[in-house]
Amino acid sequence: MQHLSIFPILIPLLCGALMLLPPFSKTLQRQRILSVIGTFALLISSAFLLHQVMMKGVHLYALGDWQPPFGIALVADPVSTLLVTLASFLGFAVMLYALNDHDKGGAYFHPLFMFQLMGINGAFLTGDIFNLFVFFEVLLIASYALLVHGGGKPRTQSALHYVILNLVGSSLFLFGLGIIYGTLGTLNMADLAVKVGSLQGENATLAKTGAALLLVVFGLKAAMLPMHFWLPRTYASATAPVAALFAIMTKVGIYSIFRVYVVIFGDHAGELANIATPWLWPLALLTITIGTIGVIASPGLKTLTANLVIVSSGSLLVCAAIHSAAATSAALYYLVHSTIASSALFLLADVIARQRGQAEDRFVRSRPFMQPKMIGFAFAICALAMIGMPPLSGFIGKIMILQSAHTTAESAWVWPLILVSSLAALVAFSRGGTTMFWRHNGNSNNDVNTAKPLEIIAIGLLLVALPLMVVFGGDITDYTQNAANYLHDFNASAYDLLPGVTS
Amino acid sequence: MEGIYAFSVGLLTACGVFLTLRGRSFSVVVGLTLLSYAVNLFLFASGRLKLNAAAVLGRSEQYSDPLPQALVLTAIVIGFAMTAFVVILAMRARADLGNDHVDGQVPKPKPPILQKGNTTHKAGGGQ
Repeated sequence: MQHLSIFPILIPLLCGALMLLPPFSKTLQRQRILSVIGTFALLISSAFLLHQVMMKGVHLYALGDWQPPFGIALVADPVSTLLVTLASFLGFAVMLYALNDHDKGGAYFHPLFMFQLMGINGAFLTGDIFNLFVFFEVLLIASYALLVHGGGKPRTQSALHYVILNLVGSSLFLFGLGIIYGTLGTLNMADLAVKVGSLQGENATLAKTGAALLLVVFGLKAAMLPMHFWLPRTYASATAPVAALFAIMTKVGIYSIFRVYVVIFGDHAGELANIATPWLWPLALLTITIGTIGVIASPGLKTLTANLVIVSSGSLLVCAAIHSAAATSAALYYLVHSTIASSALFLLADVIARQRGQAEDRFVRSRPFMQPKMIGFAFAICALAMIGMPPLSGFIGKIMILQSAHTTAESAWVWPLILVSSLAALVAFSRGGTTMFWRHNGNSNNDVNTAKPLEIIAIGLLLVALPLMVVFGGDITDYTQNAANYLHDFNASAYDLLPGVTS
Repeated sequence: MEGIYAFSVGLLTACGVFLTLRGRSFSVVVGLTLLSYAVNLFLFASGRLKLNAAAVLGRSEQYSDPLPQALVLTAIVIGFAMTAFVVILAMRARADLGNDHVDGQVPKPKPPILQKGNTTHKAGGGQ
């Protein structure tokens, strides 16, 4: 279908807007029904889009039929559709979880959730760098409001930090875009990639500054080292469904880094070729290090998960730094895995916190669980996946990353750090799990706080995806390899998106 | 013209960065606003500064690039919405946390530095 590539943006937009109008705005029940229908429709249409891209190849959608590079183009390529499908799947599962009264903490949870999904999908699909900024703002303003959802002191405090940091980030983004437009005269990513190679002298220096500014912005979103301080507190203080949805937000930053620094400022950029690589190497390795330290030091499950998100961001940045098709393929596989696993862990942390009364998710002796077997099993799966132990997808993801480090110097840095970070996760999970599941005092709580069926389905849906990623590992790695080849093939990712421009 | 323009953008940015780094939410909000003004001017200049050049073809001898103007318009709208949001959030934080510091707590006054012959000097601040 011709218009399929805009559906992942239109469906949440329409649902979100409808929910603000009379028949839906009054009752939560109707909003919930529309939300479930909306996210399900989103999931189906993204799956169709994925199928179409696999069958027919990249689909270029010129909005308003303004031909690129003049108009805004949506690019449904193997990379963006994979991430759109991931976001839609995550949105659907998290929405199921949120239906259990997690959406009652404040007004407008459902419309905001939809706008957030719209922003995320739009950021993945767009082929125009200013449009990327606009979708960043859409997803950010929805996330600001979602973050304070439920209220309370720690949430307001972390939201203030998050909002201020991201507003500064948006300003930097615009400075970067201004410089890039001023020197290159275009905003279409494919056109930028074609034109950047011809820059020389002072213009090249200017564009270099712009590109570096963009790296700061994407690094802030992706929780790269000096800009990661907001993440643990923000994610740990958000309500469970919001934190679970935020698991994909750092990946938007990672995706933008891949898109901008592989396609635009990649091998073909003349004077500006691979300008991000010397920065990415140390920052990525240090991000893993600081994340690992955070993992060891975490006092509770939510903080632990948030720190693991930083570690996974670092691992993905390492892939961006290695800068090869194999590394990009590994990154795509690991990205899907780590998003799903950390999202499931955020939801599970909420279930655990509710059943332990005062102790919440902290690693201290407390009352026993109401449903110890089920929660313990789910926790074990999550932990195995996050650590990267053999039967689950984390293992394959990490193996792929390790294998993509080719030269001796790369291996010498990447192997120890990733393995030590896994070991740290293993230690932290064993320590936390032992305390939470085996050290009890008192009787279990009354049965008010047991996990409801919908919550179990939501977490189960996410957890089932992890072994499935192993069972269908061959197909998925073929797909990610394809997507990575596409991203690194300059003719496919730049010239083919510009009808009328030939090399 | 370019010199003055560049100077004003630079001054606005410098003031914005300085105020954003302050500890109280009000000055941070003002700093963010200044930064967004600087950004808007900067984006406008990315299409080059020209006199007597309309953004519509055929209205004047020269014409200027209309795209930066569209970008600035978008940036203004978004910046306005974000400023409105951060003002409300800062007020909410003031109500929830009981003070207007970005960190949510009043910094402890530093221990007074002992200085002979200067009894009026007090280090640190507080509220």
